[in-house]
This record gives sequence, structure tokens and C-alpha cells, in this order.
Amino acid sequence: MAAKFAITSDPIDPDALKRSLEAAQAGACVTFEGWVRNLNEGESVDALEYETHAAIAVSEGETVIAEALERFSVVKAECVHRVGLLAIGDCAVWVGVSAEHRGAAFDACRYIIDEIKNRLPIWKKEHYGKGATAWINCATQ
Amino acid sequence: MTIDVTTHYFAVFRERAGCETEAVSTSSHTAAELFEEISGRHGFADKRDRCKVAINGALARWESAIESGDEVLFFPPVAGG
Repeated sequence: MAAKFAITSDPIDPDALKRSLEAAQAGACVTFEGWVRNLNEGESVDALEYETHAAIAVSEGETVIAEALERFSVVKAECVHRVGLLAIGDCAVWVGVSAEHRGAAFDACRYIIDEIKNRLPIWKKEHYGKGATAWINCATQ
Repeated sequence: MTIDVTTHYFAVFRERAGCETEAVSTSSHTAAELFEEISGRHGFADKRDRCKVAINGALARWESAIESGDEVLFFPPVAGG
């Protein structure tokens, strides 16, 4: 079983990543892509800036993948999260799972993205028009 | 008794503190006590239960003891994905 999590500042290539999930015994493949969208809570967004503590994010991300492999009957699971300044439409996070059957593939993919969002030290700053910015999920003064 | 630790700030905490890292002499003995002290001094707006702490490179519990020489990392609410 392969367990893999990575942080990258390079563009994510979903097609290339998906090929790493291939396995003769896999009858299902579920992937999730998180994209940068141009609107959040009514505000027009120009760009998103992601920051991380890479060593702890990778360690915790690998733990999440290992948990998914243990809880669900899957063949392979991987996740890549991008950091740095991203533009509208960019892929910020990719999760891919292959399994014998679709149920476990969907469940594991959902588990991984939910845990990644809740547990990893990754922060997101939205950039709006006229130079305004805001850190998502953080309280304002 | 005071101890000497190094604190590290990320994202909104770094911006509020105006620095990435600080040498701190403190009478706090847990990560939670140190957070409340630092949070008050720098005006962090996020409640502790929404934040995370790491000590010497690994995620830790708020009730963890801190010792002289520790590197204490304060993480504001996360927002991956």
C-alpha cells in the first residue's frame, strides 16, 4: 500500500497524479480537486495566498493518509496541497484514491479532504480588489 | 521561576506580532498559559480552542509543559483546501 502526502509550490497536475493510483486490483478511482474560486461570502476574490509549516503539514498529512488506508478498503491514496500565491481556477489541493469498489474510494477521499482541511497547519489569505486581504477562518480585530 | 523559550508565529499571528519569532522569558509553565500571555500582549483575536500549538517541531496538546530552550509554535485557525 502506498501512502503519500506532499506540499508543493508548483502547479498541480491532476492527470499525472491520477496515473500513480493505477493498480490491477482497483475497480474504482475517486479524485477530488479543490479550486480557487472568485467569490467567497459575497466578496470578489482576485487571488489566494497559502502558507504552511511544511514539515508538520507533511507529517500530519501522512498520518491522515495512513488513517484512510487503515479505515477503508482502498488500494492507494494520495494527496498534494499547493502553497504560495494562486490565481482563480488554480488547483489548490488534490486527493486521489483507488480501491476495489467505489464505496470505499468515495468514503476515503471524503475522509482525507475533510481531515486535511481541519488538521494541517495551512492558512489561506484572500486578496480582494483595491489591495484588501483577509485570513480565512481567523477572527478579525 | 521564569524560563526562556522561543516562540514562532504564522499567518495572521505573525502579522499581528510583527515578527516571525521571539525570545520570551516567561513564568508560564504550559503551552496554554504561554499562549494566553502572548495573545494578550500581541492582541491575537482568535480563541485558543480554535488554534493549535507545536513544541519542538511536533503538534502538542495545550496542557503540555514547556521548558527552557523549547521552540513553541503558535498556529492560528487553519484553512487548508
